[in-house]
Amino acid sequence: MPAEPIDDGAPRLLTGWGRTAPTAAHLVPGLSTDRVVSVAHGAPSRGVLARGLGRSYGDAAQNAGGTVLDMVAGATPAPRVDETGLLRAAAGTSLDTVMRSCVPSGWFVPVTPGTRHVTLGGALAADIHGKNHHVDGSFGRHVVEATIVTGGGDVRRVAPTDDPADDAELFWATAGGLGLTGAVTAVTLRMLPVETSRMLVDTDRLDDLDALLGAMADSDAHHRYSVAWIDLMATGKHLGRSVLTAGDHAPLAALPTGTGDPLAFDPAVRVGAPPWVPSGLLNRLTIRAFNEFWFRKAPRRRRDELQTIGAFFHPLDGVRDWNRLYGRRGFVQHQTIVPFGHEATLRRVVERLSEAGAPSFLAVLKRFGPASPGPLSFPTPGWTLALDIPTGHPGLAELLDELDRVVVGVGGRIYLAKDSRVDPSLVPLMYPRLGELADVRRRIDPDGIWRSDLGHRLGLDDVRPTPLGDTHDREATS
Amino acid sequence: MKDAFGDVQRVLVLGGTSEIAQAIVRRLVARRTRHVVLACRQPADAGGFADELRLAGVTVDVVPFDADDIAAHPAVIDDAVARLGELDLALLAVGVLGSQEAFDADPAAAAAAFHTNATAGVSAGLVIADRLRRQGHGTLVVLSSVAGERVRKANFVYGASKAGLDAFAQGLADSLVGSGANVLVVRPGFVATRMTAGMKAAPFSTTADAVAEAVVSGLGRGATTVWAPGILRWVFTVMRHLPRPVWRRVPG
Repeated sequence: MPAEPIDDGAPRLLTGWGRTAPTAAHLVPGLSTDRVVSVAHGAPSRGVLARGLGRSYGDAAQNAGGTVLDMVAGATPAPRVDETGLLRAAAGTSLDTVMRSCVPSGWFVPVTPGTRHVTLGGALAADIHGKNHHVDGSFGRHVVEATIVTGGGDVRRVAPTDDPADDAELFWATAGGLGLTGAVTAVTLRMLPVETSRMLVDTDRLDDLDALLGAMADSDAHHRYSVAWIDLMATGKHLGRSVLTAGDHAPLAALPTGTGDPLAFDPAVRVGAPPWVPSGLLNRLTIRAFNEFWFRKAPRRRRDELQTIGAFFHPLDGVRDWNRLYGRRGFVQHQTIVPFGHEATLRRVVERLSEAGAPSFLAVLKRFGPASPGPLSFPTPGWTLALDIPTGHPGLAELLDELDRVVVGVGGRIYLAKDSRVDPSLVPLMYPRLGELADVRRRIDPDGIWRSDLGHRLGLDDVRPTPLGDTHDREATS
Repeated sequence: MKDAFGDVQRVLVLGGTSEIAQAIVRRLVARRTRHVVLACRQPADAGGFADELRLAGVTVDVVPFDADDIAAHPAVIDDAVARLGELDLALLAVGVLGSQEAFDADPAAAAAAFHTNATAGVSAGLVIADRLRRQGHGTLVVLSSVAGERVRKANFVYGASKAGLDAFAQGLADSLVGSGANVLVVRPGFVATRMTAGMKAAPFSTTADAVAEAVVSGLGRGATTVWAPGILRWVFTVMRHLPRPVWRRVPG
């Protein structure tokens, strides 16, 4: 097949969802597997990277000076679930498209994050998790097969099986590998059957952190989905006050008669953020006021409330481009895990954020279940805390460094798909199996053409083997 | 790479013995910077500073660099970029102050100083901008001076050279918009350093570390211009519009 001419136009500035640290790259439509192969085959200088809908908060989907494949361009419009519950779709297909196409016929995605606007390929590359991690694990657990274009443009079909032909090692390095093993071009996903498009939701307002931690452990045992919103700006005896929501897919019998189509699914965007917002709009005062309102409006205790999928899983999708509300300087999303058994450390992290007055709204706390086999997959058993903070908050860089050291000290880690600022020297401590990614990359991409700004910033994209005696030589000569 | 807070990892300093440059580098290595190339006229003069950085665990290369040898700029800068692997931040800190009285008596020396401060900066700035544009990211920090904001009779050769460099840097910054690369112009007032030793301090005088703090803060918020101290921005908003007969008589 003759290689198509590559659209190598003027560089485009790209950022993550947090709108920090823009870099320029050549954006090329990843229209098909063949097209991705021809781009990879050309081994562009400064490498290539697949990008989906740009919902990674930091620089995971940027490749400065190199080529970025716009995978959304090649998405199929309306994938269908087959009779065995499998969905096969182009990697650029969004979960929004999947849900709009499949929920009306009674199939839900096995894992959804807080937004529907992520692609299947991105979901695998970040090995995303949802409110059901304690029951169902991460996204990669539900992928039965994927097609990946690796170094030099080789097309590989991979699957998480024991068959050597399926290359499970490459599959799991890709699940959470942040695009550094190549471009995922197609995904086969095992879907979840549902009777209705509604959720049965329990809500509890908790007055402090101890009450929350106890209630969450109990809630997880009884519900498929569970997450708590926590007010990190509350102090003193209100420290850790929160709203816990837990839910399950509503069975048909739970819907009142006359509801109409039980599988109707048509979430709407209610408002859009204005194109320009002053950087200081979201500050300590406005966020404190918002948090107070959010806490007060929640019922103290409510059981079996019917909610739509959109309202339960994706409330922020109702506000288009909500990331603009943080203004020109953008924001940082920070998500950590504190392993079970280290609740005192979790308390210390919450206390530190509270006393620093870091303006954080919509911070969420969730319990993770067992980990995936992927060496870079984020979720491991423990408490995960995620928060958004405007980048301009004074002392924030140092505060997050301090929290990272505390969390690493008890065997915790941060979510690299959301990172835009971690100290690179902490990453091997957070991800002790980092070397396995490098091993896979040496095997399938010896020239290291699959690169990203995040990989470069954190030293993940180096495929050169460490020379023997390197450490010794350095000590001898320095 | 630059992170969300503007902290950088790999830094090239042209004029590695500049006290302001060294103060900036000290603040950068306290954050994420782990590899620094110090390019200077007399590499031996940067040895002490290089050792200080190495003790902090930073990889340091000291390379010879004669700013006046414009033909050699591309080779020196390419070599530095190769050592760093990537150029996250370049700091242009080459400059000579000189004395206006000496310049009045020796026009050739005045032209040479102008060449070092302005012409060499144009060449090095364009070479660096080309590398940054091709890598799709990176920041060039240009040490200008309030002396270039409005030139005074007391140091008009120096002031004119900084005025030229400053105007060049602003135009370069505009030409780089959209490329991922950017330029930060730094306008310090009177800074107490070796360069100004023995001179009477001007109003709003400052220190190298205070300038460095302002620069690092400016990098964090993506500023295009930094005044140090910040009040000089407002002082010069007035000074810029004084009638010439009044401006001539402003003491200092």
